[in-house]
Amino acid sequence: MTEDRYPGYDVLSKQAGLSWNEATRRTIEQRLDIRQEPQFFDAGQWQTLGALCDRIVPQTGQRPTVPLAAMLDARLTSGRTDGFRRAKLPEQGEAWRRGLGALDAESQRLHSRRFHELSVAQQDALLLAVQRGDATCEAWGDMAPAEFFSHRVLLDIAAAYYSHPSSWSEVGFGGPASPRGYVRMEFDRRDPWEAAEALEADPDSALRAERENRRVR
Amino acid sequence: MCADVRANAGDYAVGDALDRPRATGGRAPDVFRVGGWVPMREFRDDEAVDFVIVGTGAGGGTLACRLAEMGFSVVALDAGPYFRPLEDFASDETEQTKLYWLDHRITDGANPITMGGKNSGKAVGGSTVHFAMVSLRFRPEWFRSRSALGYGVDWPLDWREMWKYYAAAERALSISGPLTYPWGPKRPRYPYRAHELNAAARVLALGAERQGYRWTETPLATVSAPHGRSPPCVYRGFCRFGCATNAKQSALTVWMPRALAAGAEIRDLAMAGRIETDPSTGLATGVHYYRDGEWRFQRARNVVVAGYAVETPRLLLASQTSRFPDGLANRSGLVGRNLMTQSNQAVFGRMEQEVRWYKGPPSLTISEHWNYEDRNKDFFGGYCWMAQGPLPIEWVTVQTGARGLWGERLREEMTHYNHQVGLKMVGEMLPDERNTVTLADEVDQYGLKVARVTYSWSDNDKRLIQHALDQMHESLSLAGATHLFRQEDDTNHLAGTARMGFDADHSVVDADCRSWDIRNLWVCDGSVFPTTGGVNPSLTIQAIALRTADRIRDLAARGEL
Repeated sequence: MTEDRYPGYDVLSKQAGLSWNEATRRTIEQRLDIRQEPQFFDAGQWQTLGALCDRIVPQTGQRPTVPLAAMLDARLTSGRTDGFRRAKLPEQGEAWRRGLGALDAESQRLHSRRFHELSVAQQDALLLAVQRGDATCEAWGDMAPAEFFSHRVLLDIAAAYYSHPSSWSEVGFGGPASPRGYVRMEFDRRDPWEAAEALEADPDSALRAERENRRVR
Repeated sequence: MCADVRANAGDYAVGDALDRPRATGGRAPDVFRVGGWVPMREFRDDEAVDFVIVGTGAGGGTLACRLAEMGFSVVALDAGPYFRPLEDFASDETEQTKLYWLDHRITDGANPITMGGKNSGKAVGGSTVHFAMVSLRFRPEWFRSRSALGYGVDWPLDWREMWKYYAAAERALSISGPLTYPWGPKRPRYPYRAHELNAAARVLALGAERQGYRWTETPLATVSAPHGRSPPCVYRGFCRFGCATNAKQSALTVWMPRALAAGAEIRDLAMAGRIETDPSTGLATGVHYYRDGEWRFQRARNVVVAGYAVETPRLLLASQTSRFPDGLANRSGLVGRNLMTQSNQAVFGRMEQEVRWYKGPPSLTISEHWNYEDRNKDFFGGYCWMAQGPLPIEWVTVQTGARGLWGERLREEMTHYNHQVGLKMVGEMLPDERNTVTLADEVDQYGLKVARVTYSWSDNDKRLIQHALDQMHESLSLAGATHLFRQEDDTNHLAGTARMGFDADHSVVDADCRSWDIRNLWVCDGSVFPTTGGVNPSLTIQAIALRTADRIRDLAARGEL
């Protein structure tokens, strides 16, 4: 991962300020207070899911790690759905359980090891094959591997990551903004409660940005 | 029938709006006050009201308000909760999915439609609670697209009459817009001044000018100055996830308070399951609905279905009887047919400058050039494009969906968030009888058969999309954006499954939204659109509802109701 583009910026520093209303505080508090053990997945699926999340959104930066597998488990436990099912995919919980099993089965077939035991390069190669629809083991059943990859794996894991305040800080998103909102709308303008960006070309700008970002409330 | 029926399953953090009905005991939520209430008139189930309306969005909400103000007795049912935005809405993409219709549905066809946030709402106020507030008029010729432009079908409505109702809707919604609108016949000034442009909107303007096209500030249903109890928009940018300040002029904040004040009853968390018809007369007698743990039946002299293009045909089809074996109002066989969505492809790119497109309403500028230009097209129909401002989850969904990115590459790409810009189209798709809403065998949490939504793009649709992608690509490039890429697979608004028309053989309802087959059954939402045009539909739905109310008043006065 490249260096931090918004050094020292933390969306959560605004938590008690004018950009967060009570509903938002409760929402994010609940999101951060997450159970670390699986309820929806069994132990084997949980290991596979952990390894999968690490490949879809590798977390190598300095910011706190986002518990992706736990967030996905919590969502599936809650029963919240997309509101529809593509005819080529089973219901989301079933798709996930079967898909994780099939990833392991593919891994066993190719490498005689489980998915989470593969090297990173082997994992990536296997995932690319699934993304291309180039996966053949019986464990997939009538579920199309490529559909599972694009409409469940990528969709759900990426949505979990970018629902977490850590990711907002990382990309310099202003985050929750009610009731205060924003004032400066033009190019290259930021409100004092928005993230200051470090410019690659200017080494001093990282220090300046960090100073600004520590003041964000 | 069902032990545990919630409006939406899930672990939402905030409020009890989804747990039990709020509008009961002679009062309804005051949407402008934390914990507030306003008095509400109530009707007994066995008291035949003049109108029971299923759905309180752009169609049903508007109609409920106007009919109540005209003195009719009105009960409006909504399957969703009655939110108070000030206390119930978080600034959060995930929590706010509680505004969407997430009950089970099946999608198929060559181009399955992604259901959810962009084409549904499950709340009092319907999808206007989370719409992008874009409030556009149809191009006049679209009301006679067959005879004037050679495609689709003509509407039984005259654009000159619609122009009057558009103006009325714009006044009621305090639309903020430009002084003069660059396209189409003259229209009055918008009631509120246009909003300030953000950088993302400036990029659209720059690109359009370099292409030689006109652009303008998008007419928006969020106030640029105080109006009533609505404060001016603070540009927080979460518009499509519910406006937490009430600057947005939605059915929830505009039509519902007026409806209540005029004596309408609004029932939240009330899911309609079946319209009852009298076996001998064939007339509608009321609606079976599920609320607070039990199935109930509201008697009514007229039934209005306003559930939008999936739920409306679903309810009509599910209400079949031995007299109407193919569903209600379906002599033409067109209930559930001619489903239309709108193409919603985009081109995205990156600017050298900081843009921070999360600030402000997402679509502050628009070019309708290709809605009004008919030359040099290899397709029928039109499209517009607007500036964009996706929040992080929406944005990553573009990166994973359109480009299949994951891993290091995905995270790196996402760090350019504050420099991204985009142009997104709203394009006209043509009506096609093979695009349908039908009943599947699976049932939902109420025990009702779920909808199967089948959709495939036509060759014309594909040509229009390619044209638009090329045009947006050129525009963004001329504006100075680099790293351009295309999002080729996205759709939004729905229409068309209970079309209006000139006769009973070729349409479901007449110009007044009254069904041909059952004279006290009406449909008032986007389902009645014979064609869908290249602009967002909400203002047209509301204008039609205003007209329908006037027509009902006139018909009643003549004893023709």
